Amino acid sequence: MAKKTGGDAFDFKDAASHAGPLLVVDDLHTAFRTSRGTVRAVDGVSFEVHEGKTLGIVGESGSGKTVLSRSIMGLLPPRDVIRSGTVHFAGHDLTAMGDTELRRIWGAELSMIFQDPMTALNPVKRIGVQIAESLRLHLDMDKKEARSTAVELLRSVGIPSPEQRVRWYPFQLSGGMRQRVMIAIALACAPRLVMADEPTTGLDVTVQAQILDLLADLQRERHMAVILVTHDLGVVAGRADDIIVMYAGRIVERAPTRTLFADTKMPYTKALMDSIPRLADPSGARLNAIGGRPPDLIHPPTGCRFSPRCQYAQDKCREIEPPLRTVGSPDHLFACWYPLVDGVSTAPAVPVSITTNPATTANDVAANDAAPTGGTTS
Amino acid sequence: MPDDRELLDTGASAQLLGDRFPGMAAMDEHVVAMQSEKLDSDDVLLKRPFGFLFWFALVWIAIVFLAAIFANLLPLQNPNFQNYSALSQGPSSAHLLGTDDLGRDLLARLIFGARVSLIVGFFGVGIGLIVGGTAGLISGYKGGRLDVALNAGSFIILAFPAIVAVIAIVTFWGQSLVHITIILGVATIPLMFRVIRASSLSFAQRDFVVAAKTMGATDTRIVLREIFPNVIPVTVTFSLITVAGIIVIEGTLAFLGLSVNLPTPSWGNLINEGTANNALSTDPYIMLWPAMSMFLLLWSINLIGDRLRQRFDIREGLL
Repeated sequence: MAKKTGGDAFDFKDAASHAGPLLVVDDLHTAFRTSRGTVRAVDGVSFEVHEGKTLGIVGESGSGKTVLSRSIMGLLPPRDVIRSGTVHFAGHDLTAMGDTELRRIWGAELSMIFQDPMTALNPVKRIGVQIAESLRLHLDMDKKEARSTAVELLRSVGIPSPEQRVRWYPFQLSGGMRQRVMIAIALACAPRLVMADEPTTGLDVTVQAQILDLLADLQRERHMAVILVTHDLGVVAGRADDIIVMYAGRIVERAPTRTLFADTKMPYTKALMDSIPRLADPSGARLNAIGGRPPDLIHPPTGCRFSPRCQYAQDKCREIEPPLRTVGSPDHLFACWYPLVDGVSTAPAVPVSITTNPATTANDVAANDAAPTGGTTS
Repeated sequence: MPDDRELLDTGASAQLLGDRFPGMAAMDEHVVAMQSEKLDSDDVLLKRPFGFLFWFALVWIAIVFLAAIFANLLPLQNPNFQNYSALSQGPSSAHLLGTDDLGRDLLARLIFGARVSLIVGFFGVGIGLIVGGTAGLISGYKGGRLDVALNAGSFIILAFPAIVAVIAIVTFWGQSLVHITIILGVATIPLMFRVIRASSLSFAQRDFVVAAKTMGATDTRIVLREIFPNVIPVTVTFSLITVAGIIVIEGTLAFLGLSVNLPTPSWGNLINEGTANNALSTDPYIMLWPAMSMFLLLWSINLIGDRLRQRFDIREGLL
């Protein structure tokens, strides 16, 4: 990837600059060697992101979403990390690149917004300097040009009086303002893909909405793709084009946002949705928490990883891991033997014996094109 | 802080209105003026006073420095000239601080002696900073085998009882100013290394370092532009304390007769002379002036280091 030249950071990206999806993640595995054993934090994840689209990645703590975003970026230290699979960005394999090549892409083409704006800005440098640095690095701007661009960027992320505020230090700004500065830094060189790792977790709810709206506006304006990683389905609900639900390092459901909410197939996704409190609930109503805890990723449960916590789990679920498959709509993938239909499980009330061939593939099931009923799948 | 989005919207709509109705432009300016007023008031936070003692200490250090640097230009007698008609005199108009038992002017000896203390103190720490500080920055950021090796090395040097090692080396190598500066400088390398490494290590894992990396910064750039500015406060404070420490060690060496060769004055040498031949009871000024000067200098250096640390802490505190 050639270094970008020219001064204008606000070029609209040519959507048709290359064929195919912008980001293709194929069978990505990331594991950590620890003294207790190998932690498989990301275990065979595949997906793609198209130019200008938003992908939401949702999962509870420990589901591997942060490790996933960092291993896509190639940010994990090589020591004690085992990584396999490929990540193609605009046709280039990021996993095959050395640090020198990655540095040319980082910031310029692919950048990241961090979770905690309190720690992600350097406390002893003026925010203008922090924004200008990547401009000078990637776009070869001179000092003056970079400074005026920094002012424009601050203005575009909605910071009032940007001319004065470029000279401020991070501690002089509120959390929401800092996250705006983080966004300005991440977008400075007009990247094609922005990875936002829980960008609003440290902020209060009203500011959250502002920041997410800002990100959506800028995304539309600049035709960027965004990967929004979060534990909060509410955050991605109105904003993502597609949503991936992760559980224990694997994708358990993936669908266009509308489909996911209208036709939830995976009991885990349903449980996540049910755990969001509603205003209409009577006061004093208990939250629908998901019982149990996320599985130990050193010794994940056999069969479906959600089965120990799933209220519909059958013997088959505990023994054979369900593949990621489709029923009907080809872009709605899920990993469940007894998917929900209209919010009702198709699992039989009484566990039945298993006659399924363990080698069943997603295609076989899809060809069958029927919600499998207890123990009779293919 | 008010809702900043709303602020922006008011600003933008005021501008729109201003375009359409010229009368409204004045209001727009008013909004901007109000905002800039608020910005100025926020800057006051940084300007917390240092206090009287800080300035007193700074002035004393400045006096010592200027006197030492311009000693040759000052109307002073030769510090080694022995005036046998004025032995062991108290302060007078001819000898402002008096003379010692060989008739040498104490003021001249005090000022020329300051040179040795300052050179050994600051250049010694300079050596420690350049070698130990650089190694510490890299070691803390990089970690891994390099860190283990450098750490082991620093422990080995620290394991020697410093003063004994210095005495042994000075005895064999010779008592010149350059030698003593180098030896004391080398002795501070592991101290500097450990303090700066610890600080660098604590910043190396912060999100802003990872963020800089995701913006395409090289390792060199991260160490110099992200970590180094954060390490400066600790470095300044610790360096000043170490300067004070080295000046004391030089004094100790001189007291043992192992610093720069006599009759070259150094504060340590002067204190040593002040105790010789029962001079403490007959001519206490010989020892009083250098001891007091050294005490004041060390106190000033420590105080300034401390106040600077407090001021830098404001940022951390508000973070």
